[in-house]
Amino acid sequence: MTGRPQWEDSLFELIRRTSVDLPGDVEEALRRALAREEKDARARWFLEGILANVEHARRTDTPLCQDTGALLFRFHVPVGFDTNALSAATRAAVARATRLGYLRQNTVDSVSGAVYQTNVAHGSPVFCFEQGARDTVDVRLIMKGGGSENMGAQYSLPCADPGAERNLEGVRRCVLDAVTRAQGNGCAPGVVGVCIGGDRASGHEHAKEQFLRRMDDRSRVKALARLEQRILRDATRLGIGPMGMGGIATLLGVKIGALSRLPASFFVTVSYMCWAFRRRGVLLGRNGGVQRWLY
Amino acid sequence: MALLTPRPLQHPFTLTQIRGLRLGQLVKVSGRVYTARDRVHKYLFDGGKCPVDLEDGAIYHCGPVATRKEGGWEILAAGPTTSIREEAYAPKLIEQYGLRVILGKGGMGPRTEEACARSGCVYLQTIGGAGPMLAAHVARVHGVYFLKEFGMAEAMWELELKDFPAIVAIDAGGRSLYRRIQQASRRVLRRLIEREEPFEAVRSGDADP
Ligand code: SF4
Repeated sequence: MTGRPQWEDSLFELIRRTSVDLPGDVEEALRRALAREEKDARARWFLEGILANVEHARRTDTPLCQDTGALLFRFHVPVGFDTNALSAATRAAVARATRLGYLRQNTVDSVSGAVYQTNVAHGSPVFCFEQGARDTVDVRLIMKGGGSENMGAQYSLPCADPGAERNLEGVRRCVLDAVTRAQGNGCAPGVVGVCIGGDRASGHEHAKEQFLRRMDDRSRVKALARLEQRILRDATRLGIGPMGMGGIATLLGVKIGALSRLPASFFVTVSYMCWAFRRRGVLLGRNGGVQRWLY
Repeated sequence: MALLTPRPLQHPFTLTQIRGLRLGQLVKVSGRVYTARDRVHKYLFDGGKCPVDLEDGAIYHCGPVATRKEGGWEILAAGPTTSIREEAYAPKLIEQYGLRVILGKGGMGPRTEEACARSGCVYLQTIGGAGPMLAAHVARVHGVYFLKEFGMAEAMWELELKDFPAIVAIDAGGRSLYRRIQQASRRVLRRLIEREEPFEAVRSGDADP
C-alpha cells in the first residue's frame, strides 16, 4: 500500500460523509413514509422532525445523531493487498474523525467503564476483509447506533412463542414478533436485516450485511423477495409508527438473506436499524485516491 | 385536532397546567430544564445534595454534546437518551423534588406512571436521534454541574429551551400512550399470526428459469 496519507484522508472523508448525512435512498424512503402518513398528523409530526434534523445536520456538517454508533467497516481488496496497513490507516482516520467531532467518544472499556478518547480500542472499529477480483479497494461503512442494536433478536426454531416452525412462515412470525417487541425503542421507523440459518455468530453478521443493500432492491431469491414484501405490508398494520407513538410507518424496509445451516439448527436472526441509517461506500484506487462514491 | 396544535409550556410549570395536558398533546417547552442521565439519577437517589432547585421543574434524559465558546458553552447535539434506564430512580425524584416534567424517549414503566399520577407530573417524548435539530432549540446554557465528576454526557446541564418540540406520552393521570400502542400492536400481531394466511414457501413462478 503506497501513499498512506491519502488513504487516511479518503477514509476520513468516508466517515465524515457517513456521519453527517443519510444515503439518498434512505432519505427518500423517509419522505415516502411521510407521504403515506396522510391521515396521522402525529406520525407526520415525528417524520417531519426527523427530516428537518437530517437537513440540519447536512447543512451544519454535524453528526446527524449524537450516537455515532458502532463503526462497521467492510473491505474488498485486490489479491495480495496489505490489509494491516489498511486497518492502520482506518484507525488513524477514526481517531481524527473523533478529534474533529464527526464521531462522539463512543467506545467504553467493558471492564473498567473508562471511555476511550479516540474510538480505537480492542473491537472498535469492526473490520471485515475479503479479497475481490478487482484492482480497486471497495470500502463500505455502516454506523449503527446502540439503541437500535439493543433491539436485535435471535430465535432458535421451532420456537413456541411466536409459534414459529422451521419454514418461511416461521421466519415471518419471528420477524413480526421482534418488531413488536422493539416497539419504537430502536428509533422507529427502522429497517430490519434478517438472516435465515447460519450459526449464532454468522447469523448476526449476515443479518447486518443486509444493510448494505439499497432500500429499493429486492432479494434475488424470489421466495425471499415475496417474504420481504409480505412482512413489510404486515408491519404497517401493527400501528407502532415513528418513535412508537402510532402510525403506519413502523418499518421502512425488510431485507432478508439466508445461509446454509446444520440439520440440527434453524436460527432466525433479526437486526434492527434505526431511521438514522448511516451507510456509505467508496471505491479507492491503488494510491488511496477516491475513484467513485457508492450509494 | 387541538391535540396536534403545539401548546406552549413555560417553566416554572404549574400543577393546573400539567394536569390539564392530555395524552398525545403536542407541546413546545420553553425555559429552564436540567439534564440528568444515569449518574445524576443515582447520585440524587442515594441522597446526594442537589445543587439546583428542581421544584415545579423539568428533567431531561439527555447527554448533550457541548463545546466551550467564549464566555460559556455551545450545545451541538441535545437528543434524548432512553428513559427506561431511570425507572428505578425516577419515582423517588418526582415526589421528593416536586418535578412536573420529564423529557426523554421511549417511555417509562409502571412505577413512574404511578408517581406521575400521585404527584402531578407528565412525561414528554421528544424526537429520538434528532440531536442537532433539537440543539437548535437550546437558547442558552446557564451552567453545568458535576462536569468533572461525571463527564460531559453524564453531567447536569442547566439549559434554557426555546419551543422545544415534544408530545405528552404519559399524562398526569398516569395514562401511557406507549402502553396503549403496545397493547394494540400485540393484538394485531396475534391476528397476523393466527388468522392470516400463512406465507407459502413455494409458489409457481418462484423457481428460477
Ligand atoms: S437508535 Fe439510532 S436514531 Fe436512535 S439514538 Fe440510537 S443511533 Fe440515534
